[in-house]
Amino acid sequence: MTATTTTDRRQSPPTESASTWQTLRRGLALSPELRVGLAGTLALALVYMVGRVAVPVAVQQGIDRGLTVPGGPDLDVIATVVLLTTAVLVVTTTCGYLMTRRLFVVSETALANVRTRAFRHVHDLSMLHQQSERRGSLVSRVTSDVDQITQFLQWGGVLLLVNLGQLVVTTAVMLAYSWQLTLVVFAAFGPAVLVIRVLQRRLGAAYGVVRQRMGTLLAAIGESVVGAPVIRAYGIAGRTARRLDEAIDSQRRAQQRAIRISVLGSSVGELAAGLALAGVVVLGVTLGVDGTLSVGQLTAFLFLVTLFIQPVQIATEVLNEAQNAIAGWRRVLDVLDVAPDVADPGAQGRDLPAGPLDVRFAGVSFAYPGGARVLHDVDLEIVAKSRVAVVGETGSGKTTFAKLLTRLMDPSTGEVLLSGVPLRQVRFGSLRSRVVMVPQDGFLFDATVGENVRFARPELTDEQLVAAFTELGLADWLDGLPAGLDTPVGERGEALSVGERQLVALARAYVADPDLLVLDEATSAVDPATEVRLQRTLDAVTRGRTTLAIAHRLSTAQAADEVIVVDRGRIVQRGPHDELLRDPESVYALLYASWLEQTR
Amino acid sequence: MLRRGLSVLGLAIREQPRIFAVAVAGSVVFGVMVIASAYVVGAVVGDVVVPAIARGSVAVGALALAAAALFGLSVLRVVGIFGRRLGAGFMQFRLQAAYRRRVTRRYLDLPLSWHQRNATGTLLSNANSDVEAAWHPIAPLPFAVGTLVMLVGAIISLFVTDWALALVGLAVFPALFTLNVVYSRRMAPRQQRAQRLRAEVSGIAHESFDGALVVKTMGREAQETARFAARTGQLRDALISVGRLRGLFDPLLETLPSLGTLAVLVVGAVRLRQGAITVTELVSVAFLFTVLAFPVRAIGWVLAELPRSVAGWERVRRVLDATGEMPYGDVTLDPADPRPATLGFADVHFAYEPAEAHLPGTQVLGEVTFTVPAGRTVALVGPTGAGKSTIASLAVRLVDARSGTVTLDGVDVRRLTAGSLAGTVALVAQVPFVFDDTVRANIALDRPGIGDEEVWAALRLAEADGFVAALPDGLDTMVGERGASLSGGQRQRLTLARALAGRPRLLVLDDATSAVDPRVEAAILAGLRSGDPDTPATSILVVAYRRATIALADEVIYLEQGRVVARGTHPELLATVPGYADLVTAYEQAEAEGEQAGGPGGPPRPYEPVIPLNSGLDVEVDR
Repeated sequence: MTATTTTDRRQSPPTESASTWQTLRRGLALSPELRVGLAGTLALALVYMVGRVAVPVAVQQGIDRGLTVPGGPDLDVIATVVLLTTAVLVVTTTCGYLMTRRLFVVSETALANVRTRAFRHVHDLSMLHQQSERRGSLVSRVTSDVDQITQFLQWGGVLLLVNLGQLVVTTAVMLAYSWQLTLVVFAAFGPAVLVIRVLQRRLGAAYGVVRQRMGTLLAAIGESVVGAPVIRAYGIAGRTARRLDEAIDSQRRAQQRAIRISVLGSSVGELAAGLALAGVVVLGVTLGVDGTLSVGQLTAFLFLVTLFIQPVQIATEVLNEAQNAIAGWRRVLDVLDVAPDVADPGAQGRDLPAGPLDVRFAGVSFAYPGGARVLHDVDLEIVAKSRVAVVGETGSGKTTFAKLLTRLMDPSTGEVLLSGVPLRQVRFGSLRSRVVMVPQDGFLFDATVGENVRFARPELTDEQLVAAFTELGLADWLDGLPAGLDTPVGERGEALSVGERQLVALARAYVADPDLLVLDEATSAVDPATEVRLQRTLDAVTRGRTTLAIAHRLSTAQAADEVIVVDRGRIVQRGPHDELLRDPESVYALLYASWLEQTR
Repeated sequence: MLRRGLSVLGLAIREQPRIFAVAVAGSVVFGVMVIASAYVVGAVVGDVVVPAIARGSVAVGALALAAAALFGLSVLRVVGIFGRRLGAGFMQFRLQAAYRRRVTRRYLDLPLSWHQRNATGTLLSNANSDVEAAWHPIAPLPFAVGTLVMLVGAIISLFVTDWALALVGLAVFPALFTLNVVYSRRMAPRQQRAQRLRAEVSGIAHESFDGALVVKTMGREAQETARFAARTGQLRDALISVGRLRGLFDPLLETLPSLGTLAVLVVGAVRLRQGAITVTELVSVAFLFTVLAFPVRAIGWVLAELPRSVAGWERVRRVLDATGEMPYGDVTLDPADPRPATLGFADVHFAYEPAEAHLPGTQVLGEVTFTVPAGRTVALVGPTGAGKSTIASLAVRLVDARSGTVTLDGVDVRRLTAGSLAGTVALVAQVPFVFDDTVRANIALDRPGIGDEEVWAALRLAEADGFVAALPDGLDTMVGERGASLSGGQRQRLTLARALAGRPRLLVLDDATSAVDPRVEAAILAGLRSGDPDTPATSILVVAYRRATIALADEVIYLEQGRVVARGTHPELLATVPGYADLVTAYEQAEAEGEQAGGPGGPPRPYEPVIPLNSGLDVEVDR
């Protein structure tokens, strides 16, 4: 999907029915599995439908041939009709079972794949894109949005299929009895369908508002839970309660608006049915008097009209649900449409040369989309196996180095090269195994310490993990844990202290054994003893590798082979710590003086 | 399950009796009209159509009446639908809103210790999906009740018509009902399993996207996708098993009334032959079976939702019934008093409430006694897990001591009103929390007397005026969910400004400047200590790691494992307390050692680790 069509679709209002069809078409194109055996499923649905008209036909036959015959009811005819119809019902019921089962298998299989693909795609999106979305909304792309589609396909989809089939079959039987009466029925339902369509469009918009208000409500609830300490400490329970009430009530009002429109829609269908019944009786009697219609046929027609109401009503309700489902489908497609702006060159890409890596920034500038430049024309070379610290004040652009070097983002201009290979040409498989970054928050998964470290290399045994901890000088720390490697770290690692989480994150980077290590140093304070332990571990992890550390603590800079000082997006100084200190007025000297003041 | 489910429904009806009455009335009107329409159709066929065709002429009056009756019935049905669906919908939405209010009120009322025992995700779904699940059966409930009335009416009308046809009804309707019940029973556990798997799939996605940076930088996208795909596969299988059951029951539920109609045809023919009934009656009864099939499903819908409803309701009730509010007292400290407050801890013990009643709680603090005299700065120093954050929480009464007292200006904090407490003390937590609102609202928090001028003054003091002024809309800039558009240091300075804006008489800083650049931090601390007339006079209790921060304190309290080990000035403690000296000079020691050993990291370690490295529990209060 090209960028142009993406923009086009976003510009068109979401309730536009053209875009509904477009979404459906694209959704089906995305899941070819949905079409597997579709013909068979449709055939089964059609047979299943015959079951619904079987009874009216039986009633007609029974009345005309068995009941209103001269000499009183003919029980043999009735028995024959009933037995035949029962046999038909057995067949159609079986077909109903088979159809539903097929539909579930096909739709669940297809949408499980969509879920998985969307999940993978979110991971493939660039970091910038991932961060620009609320995390919760990304999660709902692969959960509730897909749920909505499956629920629609199974609940609504079966009904829609069945009911459309019923409409077709009913119409066919009606035509067979009398084309004039069929016209009456269509004349009654035609305008209703038009009104219903208009209402549906409004309903789609109303449900959009409901969903949006639900998002606001969830955010408000989230704040009241996560912000519990702040709310108490500042005595602002009243303010919070007001905000919650506002969110709760506005969501309720939106729901009520939506259901009003929905009820209006089904009422229109009901009235149309009444009109149709009345019309059929009037015209039917006239036709009966003319001798073109029997009592049984007219009676069957009255039954058939009720078979017409139900599908129209159900189809209305299903189409309401369809609005939700299609909105969900569109959101899933929107995610899949976003081409990863930092893409894996894949097969055309190159592998990084073996051995230690050197780094070159050639005329690199970077600006966030729609933002000011944060890096200006940076030229930089880092020799293999050297340990470099990047320092600078908050907002100086130092973290941008780490993101460019690990290709979490691409430079706006210029190029980053690793051992002479432009980063954009490096296959991700090669890049991610050779270049590893330890992000600031040292995110851990809700698993054990061992599983978190093994995340980098699943094949490692427990013994190898213990050996790794030992090499990092963390054997005693590991022994101090309640269950060693098997100690659970809790959600986001919160059962460990901030410093301990960093230790695990470093061990994870260590076993990944990269040739270039990029560290975004944690800013959260840990107590000095843990800090020293971290420094030691860092030293062990970085030994013998090219390392670029975004240093927030100048002790890291002090230990580095070289320090790069960034100020307002430019490199203003570089060299070993001692050299940089020679000019007491330099940016680095000032930073260092302030830092010393803080720690000594 | 059925009994508990019905009691939840009963509760809903007691909560919203009027609107429920409207909905049921609508539903009954609808049901009666459905039965009536069957008899009208029968009458039209038997008394209008048959004679007309037999006579070969149309009785215009009778025909017009028949048409009017058919249309009139559908108008009444529409009235019924309006009452039923709007009533049911409004009832459901009102209940949801009412219970969301109640649940979130409990969240605001319950003490922090209760919040700490419950996972964030659980609390979110209690207020959201559990409330929704609890009241989900409300939507089809009036329809189901109306259908029950309709069924009874149908049976009665059958008996009035003919006992033999009534017997067919007595066989078919109860069978239909039973089939629905069996269906719901068998469906419930499958639905629950699917629901559980849905939650797990969502959990994996949440965690994986949360850790997206790690996944990306380690190149583990494929593994993560496999982990997600495995659970998604289980969900798919669970849903397919739901589908099989539906495939079995849905067609059966539809066929049963059809078989009933056929039975009516046979029995009716016999009775017609005997002269017991007329064609009119036969057609009416046959029609009745056709139109009743669909509404009977509503009963099944309600029954199918009940287990989910009960589960949701029980989780909601757990919140509503949770006890342990922290009642506030009625003493108010003079709000006009500009002098700094005195904080006193006297023999304070604190333990976390155990996860299960029979287990002992984790003892966090014992025999803690100290004072922060008015206008002085006291630093709390100690290794991780020593209980520093707990002391900070006790000082602002986020939690209560198990024994001992915490006093402000000599008054037990438990005797103070909520307003007085919040007006006197301010806590800046380790992890800054900002609301998804403007910068101004985040700082002022609608507290009286905090206008733009005060906001800017607080921002200046927190060294945050610079970046706020540079934001696109200044004070009106929305900071995003959890302050996503700001850096960690900016968030910390914003929360510091929030505390300062209230001109607290006691400021508690729980390592509140850790993400702020050292130079900026120095400027902030200098500002707080400057004593110039613009700066509010305040006592400060600060949890500190950086030596410069500690050095600013008039007194240092050194904690180890929840006990005050030593107190005094920084130089005194440095000279007399080895643990303290080890902790605050760890850098220098590591450096010295590095020089000796020719590189950092070499053995031996000159410091004894004083940290109880991991108790398996995160004992810091503010996460």
